[in-house]
Amino acid sequence: MNLVLIATVLIVMAMAYQVGLSRSRAVADGGVRLHSRPGYYGVLVALWCGLPALLLFGVWLLLQDAIVEVLVVQQLPAELAALSEREMQVLLRRIGALASGQGVSGEVQAYEVAAAQQMARLESMGRLAMIAAMAVLAVVGLVTAQRRVSPQLRARNQVERVITALLALSSGVAILTTVGIVLSLVGEALHFFRYISPAEFFFGTVWNPRFSTSGVGQQGEFGLLPLLWGTLMVSAIALLVAIPLGLMTAIYMAEYAPPWLRNVAKPIIEVLAGIPTIVYGFFALIVIGPFLSGLGDMLGIGIRATSALTAGLVMGIMIIPFVSSLSDDIITQVPKSLRDGALGLGATKSEMIRQVVLPAALPGIVGAFLLAASRAIGETMIVVLAAGNNPVLHANPFEAISTITVTIVNQLTGDMDFSSPQSLVAFALGLTLFVITLGLNVIALVVVRKYRQQYE
Amino acid sequence: MTVSVTVPTAMNKRAAQAASVKMSARGVKVFYGENEALHGIDLDIMEHEVIAFIGPSGCGKSTFLRCLNRMNDTIAGSRVEGQVTLDGNDIYDPSLDVVLLRAQVGIVFQKPNPFPKSIYENIAYGPRLHGLARRRAELDDIVESSLRRAGLWDEVKDRLNEPGTSLSGGQQQRLCIARTIAVSPEVILMDEPCSALDPIATGKIEQLIDELSESYTIVMVTHNMQQAARVAHKTAFFHLGDLVEVGDTDDIFTNPREQRTHDYITGRFG
Repeated sequence: MNLVLIATVLIVMAMAYQVGLSRSRAVADGGVRLHSRPGYYGVLVALWCGLPALLLFGVWLLLQDAIVEVLVVQQLPAELAALSEREMQVLLRRIGALASGQGVSGEVQAYEVAAAQQMARLESMGRLAMIAAMAVLAVVGLVTAQRRVSPQLRARNQVERVITALLALSSGVAILTTVGIVLSLVGEALHFFRYISPAEFFFGTVWNPRFSTSGVGQQGEFGLLPLLWGTLMVSAIALLVAIPLGLMTAIYMAEYAPPWLRNVAKPIIEVLAGIPTIVYGFFALIVIGPFLSGLGDMLGIGIRATSALTAGLVMGIMIIPFVSSLSDDIITQVPKSLRDGALGLGATKSEMIRQVVLPAALPGIVGAFLLAASRAIGETMIVVLAAGNNPVLHANPFEAISTITVTIVNQLTGDMDFSSPQSLVAFALGLTLFVITLGLNVIALVVVRKYRQQYE
Repeated sequence: MTVSVTVPTAMNKRAAQAASVKMSARGVKVFYGENEALHGIDLDIMEHEVIAFIGPSGCGKSTFLRCLNRMNDTIAGSRVEGQVTLDGNDIYDPSLDVVLLRAQVGIVFQKPNPFPKSIYENIAYGPRLHGLARRRAELDDIVESSLRRAGLWDEVKDRLNEPGTSLSGGQQQRLCIARTIAVSPEVILMDEPCSALDPIATGKIEQLIDELSESYTIVMVTHNMQQAARVAHKTAFFHLGDLVEVGDTDDIFTNPREQRTHDYITGRFG
């Protein structure tokens, strides 16, 4: 229904465009020179006609439900006013279901039926009113704009302004989303800290949240440290794998590989970044884990199939392309004059790379490492499958561990009750993770930017 | 600041010496892919002479300069034919170590390109590569003497640990010359060494070139004909990939044999 409405508005806008176009041509036929080409007058008239109507449509959709709800609640029997907020929500949901013709469980009360009928009536009335208002706005806009078409009207500049606004609005959506996510994380995390003190959370060494169903009397223990430690251990192993391999790949690709090989190999390496992480996860679980475990048996050390090592190793392979393609770009940016300088003094190629190119590119390469690290810290699927989910503080990489991301998954799957710390802790964990990766990203960006300025 | 350039005396002194051929090119052709950039160059470069290559942009003078220490090897798709010798030895011989060649035939580029390291490390880089100093004190000596010969010591002796990029453009270029001198080359190639510098810095470099010609053979490319006239003993005129004419600088500028040379130095084209 709404789609039909939007389509109608677009069709009307297309017609308005034609109106504006022919109107401006008619004006021009009088022999006067128009400020803008006819197309711009058409677009301007179309915008005047369609934009207000669409804006009204958006605002109406946002507000209608809330207004209808208030009106319905006013009509409910007086004794229901004593209901708690949550009970009222349940009641409204039942009324809503009845109004849209769906069934509800349990016995339907007479006042519920009455309220549902009223809600349905209000909604259809609201819809009609909205369509009428949109039509009026469109017609008024069309007529006004069409009248304004004159040689002096700077249609081109006004269209430009609308386009600027549109672009700003689009970037606003991304920014507002980020802000919204952060605010909701902070809000719910604060909620969590009403149950568990921040000191207990950030410095606790035991993670044992218990289940929310196991009774109110026994409070779980929510110590972040085992999870943070697990996260850092897996990430460190991943970086130990990815940094040497990625950097050497980058050096080979940037300095040694012949063009044809570079053109073939670079996209293949970048495909590594495109493999879904769940695929890496079961690859780790099914192939790498048992292999490492067998290797451990051969060497006489106990390596668990699901361990920090397994997860870290596979995660390291996953982030190789992040390290290699970023470092590659940065190494290629080192000016040829520096390379020539070193070669002209009689340096060999590897001497030139080690002693001149890499030091010059170092800040940027460090930036690449930090971006890879933040990627590793936030990685979820591989550790869910291959790290063993054992939130205990220990230093043995061959044993199972758990990470912040794995724990968030655990706390939010199954029955959720957002009034218990067991579920709310996910927000506190998410916030911690967000702050860590944000910090790393900011440092990385600052470092990379500083490097860019050096050579531009 | 006054800059004295004592070309005539230097030239007189040099004329008295019985010069021997330091580098020699025979039938040198350079190809970039399918495109032939040089069409067979024959040229002898005498020991301790300053020779300038002049000619319009794209005439191949820089390309030829880079053949002399095989810097063209670093350009993908380039190919050199013909023979270039240093002290009678073919430098394109497959058994020759190009790294050692470049220590003997150093190069200074158009734009100063100090490494992003300290002034000291910039100079010490070459000697370290070639193991020229066994002890720190020896390295210190090389750094000091190289900077002195490049006329930069007094300006930087108190700030050897500052980055080389913190110097002014002219100082950076002299740093690059000092860096080249530090590996004790026999020939120094200079690819338009003053084109990015102001007149005062240019004057200093020209004076330096004159002093350096006491100990080194210097081959320079320049767009500035006055510069060639001021510092070079010999001048070679390149045009469209050919070596048109080479001779004593005075002859080239006052009495050229070829019409094309005459047209170029009088500004008819270029």
